[in-house]
Amino acid sequence: MPALTIAVPRGALFAETLDVLDAVGIDTAAVRGNDRRLLFETEGLVTMRPSDVPTYVEAGAADVGITGKDVLREQSEREVVELLDLGFGRTTMVFATEAGPDPAAEALRRLGVMRIATKYPRTAERFFALTGRQVEIVEVKGSVELAPLTGLVEGIVDLTQTGTTLRENGLVVREEIYTSSARLIANPVAYRTKAAEIDALLVAVRAR
Amino acid sequence: MHPIPSGTRDVLPDEMRELRAITQAMRGVFDDAGYGEVYTPALEHEETLRIGDARAARPAYRLFDERGQVLVLRSDMTIPLARVIATRYADVEPPLRLCYLQRAYRSVRPQRGEAREQLQAGVELAGAAGARGTAEAMAILCRALDATGLHGYRVGLGSAGLYPALLDQAGVQGAARERLLLELVTRDFAGLEREVSDLGADPRLLTVPQLRGGTAVLDAAGEAGEGLRELYGLLPADVQARVIFDLGMQRRKLGYYTGAIFEVFDPAVGMPLGGGGRYDDLLGRFGRPLPAVGWALEVERVHAALVQERA
Repeated sequence: MPALTIAVPRGALFAETLDVLDAVGIDTAAVRGNDRRLLFETEGLVTMRPSDVPTYVEAGAADVGITGKDVLREQSEREVVELLDLGFGRTTMVFATEAGPDPAAEALRRLGVMRIATKYPRTAERFFALTGRQVEIVEVKGSVELAPLTGLVEGIVDLTQTGTTLRENGLVVREEIYTSSARLIANPVAYRTKAAEIDALLVAVRAR
Repeated sequence: MHPIPSGTRDVLPDEMRELRAITQAMRGVFDDAGYGEVYTPALEHEETLRIGDARAARPAYRLFDERGQVLVLRSDMTIPLARVIATRYADVEPPLRLCYLQRAYRSVRPQRGEAREQLQAGVELAGAAGARGTAEAMAILCRALDATGLHGYRVGLGSAGLYPALLDQAGVQGAARERLLLELVTRDFAGLEREVSDLGADPRLLTVPQLRGGTAVLDAAGEAGEGLRELYGLLPADVQARVIFDLGMQRRKLGYYTGAIFEVFDPAVGMPLGGGGRYDDLLGRFGRPLPAVGWALEVERVHAALVQERA
């Protein structure tokens, strides 16, 4: 049994997470070699969607995990300990609309409310409340960029790395909300009862 | 379908038998230690909870009585017990030893398996100041858990005054102080690292609150560390063996703690089973200034830990 069970995010953070684990001496060959298996008991690794990582870590099903700050902000009520900014997976949460005259500002001025599509409803709600704008949040699961093009909404709140997808869909960034990167998190019970193991992992990750 | 409110549940005989075994074991420990059991109303005046602690008073359930007064369902037992000690025991020579097995009521976040109604078992020791009083309360905490048959639990021990003292030493005041405290209370060490480095402040503001472990970590904790060392020295050996010092520990939701604070962790479950600490100012707010210490365990979580441990 490995000392710690680590929740590993599949998706955008997957490759760099595995590189970090390799660098601290955790064997990721089995994970790299099989993209259907989810649980790797010998190595103490469990793989999942990034947005599920706080769920597993909070419940103690994994002792530590890696996920994006964007996920942690959206699930800010999760009782997890945020240990370290890993630096990779840098993205920016932005408010974007179609290029040209800002249709969201127009809707706000004339209709008193703008419709915003996002996968991050709580982040979006908080952002517009803090900046004093009334919005109607439309939660979507798939490509958010589609929503303003079809007239579903006037604007979107989404993550962007290079802005390419936005540009290709005729959208422009109106405001930046925050920047996100990968974080190492821990379960609050494991943080105390496995303090030595978690600190050893932290030292190794910092030294990589 | 006749649903019950989310976050509530019916307890049927199989579970009830197991819960009863836990509460009876705990009652036996409280009795032996000379703690008298009290029962207080589930409904209190909103004003009472507000005197205790404005933040803790955020009660989830308010209602009006027939005269239009605002009543609340108590959200913890410490404040009602402070009221009892100040009013019903106003002339009684301290120390006072009271215990309870009572329900408290909280709001829940959706789909998180949280309970609106929790069975809490706890004690209050009023008029026993400093490390000696805290050591007595912690010893009874461990006796109570031992009596239920729980094996693997540990007690995290810290001090509410430790980080504020560090901030004083480093000369961090005003808005920056609030930001650092917020990062610590929300357990965001990545955020704390950024804040400390932006301020160019003493790096100990980042490293000390991350120290967990045995007595060796206390060397870094200054005066507050000496207080914890004295407390540790007064604990029975079996309780000492359970202690994990945590120099960054904060009791997140309750603002009335003044000194030592502790939480119970069992590796079998992902969340604390309960906790407590010193609140030397709380009783004074009700007109009977006595130093006090107490703790509460969530009986249903202790039960879940027992089930996990035996699995």
